Amino acid sequence: MKMKIKNGRLSPYTKNSIISYGIVIIAFVVVSVLNGMGLVSSTLQGQLVPICAYIIMAVSLNLVVGISGELSLGHAGFMSAGAFTAIVVSGMLEASDMPVIARFAIAVVCGAIVAGVLGFLIGIPVLRLRGDYLAIVTLAFGEIIKNIMNIVYAGVDSHGFHLRANPDLGLEESGRMLLNGPMGATAVQRLSTFTAGFVLVLITLFVVQNIMNSKQGRAIMACRDNRIAAESIGLNVMKYKLMAFTVSAALAGMGGALFGLNFSTLLPIKFNFNTSVLILVFVVLGGLGNIWGSIIAATILTVLPEVLRQFADYRMLAYAIVLILVMIFTYSPKIKNFTQNFMENTFRKKDKKPEAEGGAAV
Amino acid sequence: MSIKFKKDDVIQNTVYDVYENYDESKSTVEDIILPERDKDKDPILDIRGLGIDFGGLTAVDEFTIAIGRTEIAGIIGPNGAGKTTIFNLLTKVYQPTRGTFLFDGKDTSGMTTTQISKMGIARTFQNIRLFDKLTVEENVKAAMHEEVNYGLASGIFHGPKYRKQEKAAHERALELLSIFDMQDLADYQASSLPYGAQRRLEIVRALATNPKVLLLDEPAAGMNPSETAELMNNIRKIRDTFGIAILLIEHDMSLVMNVCEGIAVLNFGRIIAKGTPEEIQNNPAVIEAYLGKKKEAK
Repeated sequence: MKMKIKNGRLSPYTKNSIISYGIVIIAFVVVSVLNGMGLVSSTLQGQLVPICAYIIMAVSLNLVVGISGELSLGHAGFMSAGAFTAIVVSGMLEASDMPVIARFAIAVVCGAIVAGVLGFLIGIPVLRLRGDYLAIVTLAFGEIIKNIMNIVYAGVDSHGFHLRANPDLGLEESGRMLLNGPMGATAVQRLSTFTAGFVLVLITLFVVQNIMNSKQGRAIMACRDNRIAAESIGLNVMKYKLMAFTVSAALAGMGGALFGLNFSTLLPIKFNFNTSVLILVFVVLGGLGNIWGSIIAATILTVLPEVLRQFADYRMLAYAIVLILVMIFTYSPKIKNFTQNFMENTFRKKDKKPEAEGGAAV
Repeated sequence: MSIKFKKDDVIQNTVYDVYENYDESKSTVEDIILPERDKDKDPILDIRGLGIDFGGLTAVDEFTIAIGRTEIAGIIGPNGAGKTTIFNLLTKVYQPTRGTFLFDGKDTSGMTTTQISKMGIARTFQNIRLFDKLTVEENVKAAMHEEVNYGLASGIFHGPKYRKQEKAAHERALELLSIFDMQDLADYQASSLPYGAQRRLEIVRALATNPKVLLLDEPAAGMNPSETAELMNNIRKIRDTFGIAILLIEHDMSLVMNVCEGIAVLNFGRIIAKGTPEEIQNNPAVIEAYLGKKKEAK
């Protein structure tokens, strides 16, 4: 019988948190150093911010799918809400002489708040459903958000901010369109940097991992593991599911803001069902509830299509094959056992191993 | 499909004729034997004519007993008699079709499972329901969510309030686990525990909610005789330490007859007998329910 045991005095959560922070910080330092030496290709350079954004998306979705145990297929919708909110806010602040960092921070916070509120409002009806039904309805809400972004026109001029559902905003000549319906946002000032992405990833990890290791996290996981037992000890299941969903949506809004402010042009169609599924693939591949797994999966699967460019037309075919192989290997029991034994032998002191009372006898 | 039987068939044999004498306005305390020490206090659970139908099937009907504040009471009966259904009614997993019950003098009609738990009824399950992927300690701490009352912000930033309350929760969890000598298992994943330990953990988790009434659904199921003997001691120990009432369902007669002060026997959803263990053992209706009807002697 395999046991999950504290490694020395560290609880499993602390250990996993340290791994997650470690991976991110080491990766950041290594990439920064390589970048300074001019060893990072321009393609990869262009990918750095999207990688950070996708890590945020994957980690935040893991809060819903892995930790709260509800399948959500509309995560790109919250990303979209965050991205376009951030673009509008940063566009409105462009005229002011605020430092770039402050503008970026305000835009990101606004993106997170809007997505969080949206997540809360959508969560109230949606979380009454369970399983497949919940997945389908979140998918629908994701599409609704995408389609709303498709008809929203926004602009700013000396009279202030204009928001309509048709292109005729009646802007002054000096005015500027911020959102252009299906054409999305154009001429966005690119505020996102790799460092900003790194900081936002750390914030996401901080929020998600601290929640996991708190009263709220225990309650969320208890509701996932056994709903009836959770109710029997007096937990308000709906409240904790909604909490996980809202925090996840707010973090997704933050990731979206980072993503949106990284491109000069952004179309609403970018945040479609495929993107939601892509994020879900990161989470599943990295392991449900496993935060550092999500980080690695998001990184690899974002870089992979670029690496596979040499296969030209067969690129996506190769991508799919790699994905299938990785899934098979990661979840094969033999390989799992091997890694587990390897980790045990390397890191655990044998005398720390407590014996189960009465052994494994059942 | 509905099971039909005449009310009178059963009543003829009962010692305590609850159905005929049942009166809404009157307290039902006299209807069951309360232990001497609890007699002058109001019962913690005053269950009045509780009943539920599933479609045409009457699963429980006219269930009326009172449980004293520090009583250990038992419900016994053949399989399918409706014992677990009564627990589900008491914890509001099901809403009763008829009747109600007073908890600590308060009517519980229309309450939810969560509210009932907050008032002070905790339970264990016949088929174990632990939070499998949490550790033993977390299972217990999850049930302490009323005492650990910091908000989401503290949960995210882990401030002083978080540290203080988590430390207190950790100590209390270990203290509760030590009732069953399980403090060394605190860091194990709940699903990895042996069966007996999982049953004990469920009891500890229920105790962590600070209940006034503890409902145990077949606590000795799957335990060997020595484990059962230990469980008996622990049930008494829990009652003495926490001063709470315990209502248990059990098939193991040695346990029921040894620890329970009052017993209700259920058959086809109705109480066929109530009384002390001695009275129950000699009750012809109970013997009939368990062993079948004796043929008339010639």
